[in-house]
Amino acid sequence: MFKFSNLSYSKQRMAIIAAFSFIPLALLVTFAYLPVINMFKYSFSDWNGYSKRLEYVGFENYTKIFTDPEYFSVFKVSLYYFVATFVQMGLALYFATILSFQTWFKNVFKGILFFPSLMNGVAIGFIFLFFFKPDGTLDTLLQALGLGSYIKLWLGNPEIINISLAGTSIWRYMGFNFIVFLGAISSISSDLYEASDMDGANRWHQFRYIILPSIKRILQLNLILAISGAISAFDIPYIMTGGSNGSKTFVIQTIDVAFKYSKVGLASAMAVILLLIVIVVTLLQRLLIRGEED
Amino acid sequence: MYMLKRTLANSIKYAALLLGAFVALLPIVVILFASLKTKAEYSATSPLTPPVNWLNWANYAKAFVNGNMLTGFVNTAFILIISIIGATLTGSMIAYILNRFKFKGKSLMLGAFLLATLIPGVTTQVSTFQIINKLELFNTPWAAILLYLGTDIIAVYIFLQFLDSIAVALDESAMLDGASYLTIYWRIILPLLKPAIVTVIIIKGVNIYNDFYTPFLYMPKTSLQVISTALFKFKGPYGSQWEVISAGIIIAIIPTLIAFLSLQKYIYNGFAQGSVK
Repeated sequence: MFKFSNLSYSKQRMAIIAAFSFIPLALLVTFAYLPVINMFKYSFSDWNGYSKRLEYVGFENYTKIFTDPEYFSVFKVSLYYFVATFVQMGLALYFATILSFQTWFKNVFKGILFFPSLMNGVAIGFIFLFFFKPDGTLDTLLQALGLGSYIKLWLGNPEIINISLAGTSIWRYMGFNFIVFLGAISSISSDLYEASDMDGANRWHQFRYIILPSIKRILQLNLILAISGAISAFDIPYIMTGGSNGSKTFVIQTIDVAFKYSKVGLASAMAVILLLIVIVVTLLQRLLIRGEED
Repeated sequence: MYMLKRTLANSIKYAALLLGAFVALLPIVVILFASLKTKAEYSATSPLTPPVNWLNWANYAKAFVNGNMLTGFVNTAFILIISIIGATLTGSMIAYILNRFKFKGKSLMLGAFLLATLIPGVTTQVSTFQIINKLELFNTPWAAILLYLGTDIIAVYIFLQFLDSIAVALDESAMLDGASYLTIYWRIILPLLKPAIVTVIIIKGVNIYNDFYTPFLYMPKTSLQVISTALFKFKGPYGSQWEVISAGIIIAIIPTLIAFLSLQKYIYNGFAQGSVK
C-alpha cells in the first residue's frame, strides 16, 4: 500500500511544496492579481459590465475624472477624514499613555474605549443615525446642557455633514489605534520609568523622552496609513447617508459609477487611481521605516 | 505643592477617562433604552430617558422574527466557520513551506504575497465582481468565503512571523524518528502555532462578522443575508420605527460583546499583533 511517509524526504519535499502551495497560490492569483490586471484593462475601455464587446478608448476615462468636477470633488471629502485621523490618533495616544500608568478601573476603561472598534459597521451606522437625527441623542443632550441654540441639521446640512460623519469615524476607530499604542507602550521596560523617576522627571518628561521615541515608528506608520484610510472611507457614509448631501466619498462614487450606472470602464479608471495613491503611500511608509532601521 | 500638582493631574486624568467612557457608551446606551420602550413610550419620551419596563422584549421578538435575523446568524456562522478553517489551513500550509524549505521560486512566491498586501481589496471590487460572476458564484455563500480566503494575506504573515520562533530542531528530531513532512506539519507545527491561530481567528472573526461590503455586493439574495445585510434592511420597512431598529442593533452587537468579554486578553494581544504588518 502507498504511504506518504515511505517516500524519500526529497520526494516528500517536492510533493508537499506543490500540494501546500497550490490552493493559496491559486487564490492569490485569482483574487489579488487577476482583478488588478483586468482593472487596468477595463480602465482604458468603455465597457458597461455585461456587453460582449468592449471598445478601447485610450485615456478618455482618466481625462474625464481629472477634468470633470463631479468626479474630482470627492477628494475634498477625503480631507475631512484625513483631518479626523489626526484627532483620532491624538486621543488614542493620550488615553494609551494615561492608561499605561497605574489607574483605578484600568481594565474597565480599556474595555469601554476599545469596544467600539469591534462593533458591526452597520450597527454603528444606525447608532449614529439615531445620534444625529433631529431630536436624537445629540440634540437632546445639547438641550439638556442648555446649548440648544447650537443644534443643527447634523446630517442634512452639506456644510456639516462630513464633520458629523468624520466624527463617527473617530468614534469607531479610536479604540483600535488606542490598543495598538497601548501594546507598543507596554513593551517599554519599566526600568526606564523608574530611572527617570529618580532623576525627578514628571509625566510629561516621561511621555516626551521615553514613550514618544519608543513608539515613533508605529506612530509614523499610522499617520501614513491615514492618507489611504481617508481616501478609501466607505462604510460609515454609505450606510448612514448613501452619499447624499455632499458626503460622497471616492469609493462610494466608484461603486455607484460601476454598479448603478454600469460604467465599469470609468469606475475601473477611478479604482486604478485609488490603487496608485494607496501604493505610493504604502511604499513611502515602507521606505521611511526602512530608513529608520538602517 | 507637589502633592497639589499630582492631585490636579490625577483629577484631569480621571475627568478625561470618564468623559471618554461617556462618549463611547452614550450612543450605545440610548439605543438600549430605545429598544426596550413601547411605541407610545418611544414617541413620548426623550432619548435620554430610561425605559419604564426593563423587561419589555416585544421589540426584540419583532426585530428577530420579522428582520429574519436567525437566517442572518446561520449564514454568518456558516461563512465564518468555513472561512476561518480555510484561512488557518491554507495560511499555515503556505507559511510552513515558505518558512521551512528552500526551493526554486520561493522568493518569487514570498514576493507575490508581500506585493499583494499593497492591493487594498476595496479598490479592485469592480473587476473582482466580474471574476466572481464568471465563476458563477454570484449570490452563493462561496463568493464571500472565497473572497475572505483569497484576500487573506494577513493570516499568512502572522503564521510566517510566528514560525520563525519555532525551533527547526523540533522538525529535525521528528525526522530522526522517521516522521514525514506531513506528520511534522500536522503533529508539530500546527499545534505549536496555536497562539497565532487564535490571533487569526479573532482578527478574521471580527472582520467577517462586521463586513458589510462583501455580502451586500455579492450575495443580495434574501435567503443569503448575513447579520450586517439583515440589519441594513431595517432601513426600509422600519425607517421610522426606531424602537425596532434599536432592538436589531442590540441583537447584532450582543455576540460581539459576549466574545469580547470572554476573550478579552487574547483580543487585545491579537489586535496589537495583527496591526504590526
